[in-house]
Amino acid sequence: MATDDIWILGIAMTKFGKHADKDIVDLGADAAMAALRDAGVSMRDMGVLAAGNLMGSGGFGQQLQKQIGQTGIPVYNVSNACATGATALRTAIMAVKSGEVKMGLAVGAEKLAGAGLLGGGGQAKSAGKKWEPKGRFGAVAPTDGRIGTDTMPGTFAQVGMEYGHKYGEVSFETFARISEKNHAHSVLNPLAAYQKRFTLEEIMGDMMIAYPNTRPMCSANCDGAAAAVVTSGEVLRTLSPDQQRRAIKVSASVLTTDPYQEACQILPDVNTLTRNAAKIAYEQAGVSPSDLDLVELHDCFATAELVHYDNLMLCPEGGAVDFLMSGAPWRDGSTPVNVSGGLQSKGHPISATGIANIWEICHHLRGEAGDRQIANAKVGLAHVIGLGSACGIHILEKAA
Amino acid sequence: MSQQIAHVSYLKLDPKPHLVANECTSCGARFFDRRNACASCFASDFRTVDVPTEGEVTSFTIVALAAPGVPVPFVAATVKCGGTSVRGNIINVEPTPDKVKLGMKVQLTTFSMGADDDGLEAVGFGFEPA
Repeated sequence: MATDDIWILGIAMTKFGKHADKDIVDLGADAAMAALRDAGVSMRDMGVLAAGNLMGSGGFGQQLQKQIGQTGIPVYNVSNACATGATALRTAIMAVKSGEVKMGLAVGAEKLAGAGLLGGGGQAKSAGKKWEPKGRFGAVAPTDGRIGTDTMPGTFAQVGMEYGHKYGEVSFETFARISEKNHAHSVLNPLAAYQKRFTLEEIMGDMMIAYPNTRPMCSANCDGAAAAVVTSGEVLRTLSPDQQRRAIKVSASVLTTDPYQEACQILPDVNTLTRNAAKIAYEQAGVSPSDLDLVELHDCFATAELVHYDNLMLCPEGGAVDFLMSGAPWRDGSTPVNVSGGLQSKGHPISATGIANIWEICHHLRGEAGDRQIANAKVGLAHVIGLGSACGIHILEKAA
Repeated sequence: MSQQIAHVSYLKLDPKPHLVANECTSCGARFFDRRNACASCFASDFRTVDVPTEGEVTSFTIVALAAPGVPVPFVAATVKCGGTSVRGNIINVEPTPDKVKLGMKVQLTTFSMGADDDGLEAVGFGFEPA
């Protein structure tokens, strides 16, 4: 192993779902302590803590230290929409890569069970109203619902429909088939919030949220946390054979935002920044999409998964529907996508997501994924996108 | 005739309702909000330009679940008006996938949002089938 390589030494996630008896710090502590145990190290070995939480009150990293170990190391509290977890991990990776620290801990935790619809501020009551222009659009009243939608399901529905306008109409049934796959995959994942298989008819017949996304085609709000310990090749060489055997190489770690494109301030452009991140990641890692044994991508909605087949170059440009219909992204297909069940069934506790998807890949690369193991998995890619936007991509490889 | 105010400052009601954009004098990028500088080329000079009132639906969704106070269902869409993409609702059409289509030709229209306590009427905009 090269001395400047970056390795995941330990990684863990809590079960995703409802944790009524635990607060955010409990969840973060569970994941962090499990990751440290998995790595065979302690808080004393950590040179930096990157702590991700989006919906809480702030200062999550310091709150966490008070429960798991106050050693005086720097804390970076990070918040980057749905890419928060990946951003925390990347922060720890940058600290190790710079040579400033030998090991770093990244944690992401969120409590979202019962949060309901995200995005969309709603409209104010009209009592005692006075029309006065406010904000950057000089709006006299809220725009959500009157000038488009701010809701996440509606925004990502338009992302999928736009793909259809560009490359040929995509049917409601085609989008639903993505969720059919992910819910089928979740049955094998004991840490998923939901492990229920649905028929295509059940998915299409369920409650409509924002056409073409019905309820089972939307990510599940839930509670959860994930954490990872990273170190350098130089340090890993000094550790035990077992630590070396289970360590997973981070072949690429990339974070991008969306470069200006016409219309990107009208409907978020989740494509360009993902494609840019993917290009950089494949080059950094020296792998091509066809080398990937599994992919965990950001299926916050069925309509989003479709466009990311294309953005991650798992198919030729414009070929996402053919890729799906060929069976390629099923667990027995040529490029298994979201074998964890994805955000639609595993769940999406926002800040945990960008580390949990890396846990899933590591689990397979270590050969520890049990019933849902992808045989002989050697290379995997994890992708998240946070609206606004931020895209994180990590490519991971089994130790040689 | 009562006084009117546009829902947003980029909707102009006179002489006929239309949208205006802040166009970067350097690169031509168009924005609907108050700008500090251009997101595309970083220049800081803008001119106000009229946006065509007819366009084509390039994406849409039919929102069935929204925040409290937002009437559903409604059609949220992006409409390409000339070379400029605009965000807006498709109105005066049944909000079903049978009636709303990608590539559909639409035109700008306005509607009353009611009067405030001083009798000032707010006017909103949407797009309807052309």
